Amino acid sequence: MYTKEVIKHFRRPKNLGPLKNADVCAQVGNPICGDVLKIYLKVINNKITQIGFETIGCVAAIATSSMITELAKGKTLTQAKKITFQDIAKQLGGLPKVKMHCSQLAVQALQQAIKIYEQKNKS
Amino acid sequence: MSKKIIYLDHAATTPVDEVVFQKMKPFFSRQYGNPSGLYALASEAEKALSKARQHVAQFLGCQPAEIYFTSGATESNNLAILGLVKRFRQENPQTKPHLITTSIEHPSVLKVMSALKKEGLAEVTFLKVSEEGIIDAKDVKKYLRPNTILVSVMYANNEIGSIQPVKEIGKIISSNKKESGYPFFHIDAAQAANYLDCSVKKLNCDLLTLSGHKIYGPKGIGALYLKEGTALSPLVYGGGQEQNIRPGTENLAAIVGLAAAVVKLKSPKAKNKQIAKLRDRLIDKTLKLIDEVKVNGNPQKSLPHIANLSFRRVEGESLVFELSDKGIAVSTGSACASKSLKPSPVLTAIGLSPIAAHSSVRFSLGRTTSKAEIDYLLKVLPKVVQRLRTIAGTN
Repeated sequence: MYTKEVIKHFRRPKNLGPLKNADVCAQVGNPICGDVLKIYLKVINNKITQIGFETIGCVAAIATSSMITELAKGKTLTQAKKITFQDIAKQLGGLPKVKMHCSQLAVQALQQAIKIYEQKNKS
Repeated sequence: MSKKIIYLDHAATTPVDEVVFQKMKPFFSRQYGNPSGLYALASEAEKALSKARQHVAQFLGCQPAEIYFTSGATESNNLAILGLVKRFRQENPQTKPHLITTSIEHPSVLKVMSALKKEGLAEVTFLKVSEEGIIDAKDVKKYLRPNTILVSVMYANNEIGSIQPVKEIGKIISSNKKESGYPFFHIDAAQAANYLDCSVKKLNCDLLTLSGHKIYGPKGIGALYLKEGTALSPLVYGGGQEQNIRPGTENLAAIVGLAAAVVKLKSPKAKNKQIAKLRDRLIDKTLKLIDEVKVNGNPQKSLPHIANLSFRRVEGESLVFELSDKGIAVSTGSACASKSLKPSPVLTAIGLSPIAAHSSVRFSLGRTTSKAEIDYLLKVLPKVVQRLRTIAGTN
């Protein structure tokens, strides 16, 4: 049911673990299915220089967490905000339809983290 | 897939026993006759069919004419419930029938009940279960109504293995039966047949469901015991086979397979003890080796081959995949692994939060499960749980 790329990211997730010097950390969860996801960002000049994640979730949730961190790393906040579920799914060679909602958590977590960062730096 | 797998998902399905398979073989291309025919080839098929029926009847302690072959437990359960409701409504168009069942039935009962309720064809009471996943037999009596036509209770649950007080319920229903025969008592014994006494006289039931593939027989075959005089209408119409209750040319190879599988189910007690010992070893060692593990249900009041465990901060599907990588086959009640994306209704019925159900894994042992296999699992499991908990981090 999963592509090779999904399995690869599940087995060896990229950017795993918290960042000690993170500027922001956002946690999102899905109360229905139980998945929980945390994303940490280090931002310099509006660019994501470091990123980390921690996830309790299924194969798809872990793989999408790993993939979104790969996609967001090195991007500006404006660019990172535009990362969609479809972008992640494409990079992973596709995701089962039924896994949409687990996978969207990763997008929500990243956007949440960026939002918190921007609010913090406005005031 | 050259690597030997350690199969710990016997509650999902079992391999066809070698003896069973041998008995089935002639009925594909040599003894292919239609039992309804009049020539020698057909009468041989008829003989095999009637012998198979006898074997199943012996296992249940009933008359051969009370056995109806179906395509499996799902069909048997549907036929039992829908067939009884249909007949009752035909004969009592003014009365809405009432049905009693439990909240932890297999979907082939639960969804039928919900559909009948939703369509306004029946009133349904879903009995609650304890934390051990067991209903209180007294509740059956409490909820009986004048229009109750059926009480349907599984013998043992498929996810946590909890054994229901079916004998007690049988007694309650017997002493509350009306002259019309209502209410009838149906037992889904698909999961239990391997391990528990299925004598219908001792159980005091009117209908009982059996499945082939849960007892080392083939898939796509099941049986419904229907006590003589139980008022049930067929759901499909055809050429009159199975006394018009379930027409269609008999799936003879599978029927012979089911009967052969049933014959092999003798003397359960010694076998049960042995498998329970392995299951208990799995549970005890896992609790020692891994932190924050919860045992779901009460194994001592359950089928001997099922261990359902929740591993905190680990998601079930991920754990199933990890174990699969190591050659171990198990299953999970996690929402992430279900098509509905909802956690197992059985686990939530016994009081688990969606999060705890999320982290549940069912190990179900079988005839060939060895101590060495359990020990291999116990070697692998702590590492796999550790890796997933590392990914979970501070969540």
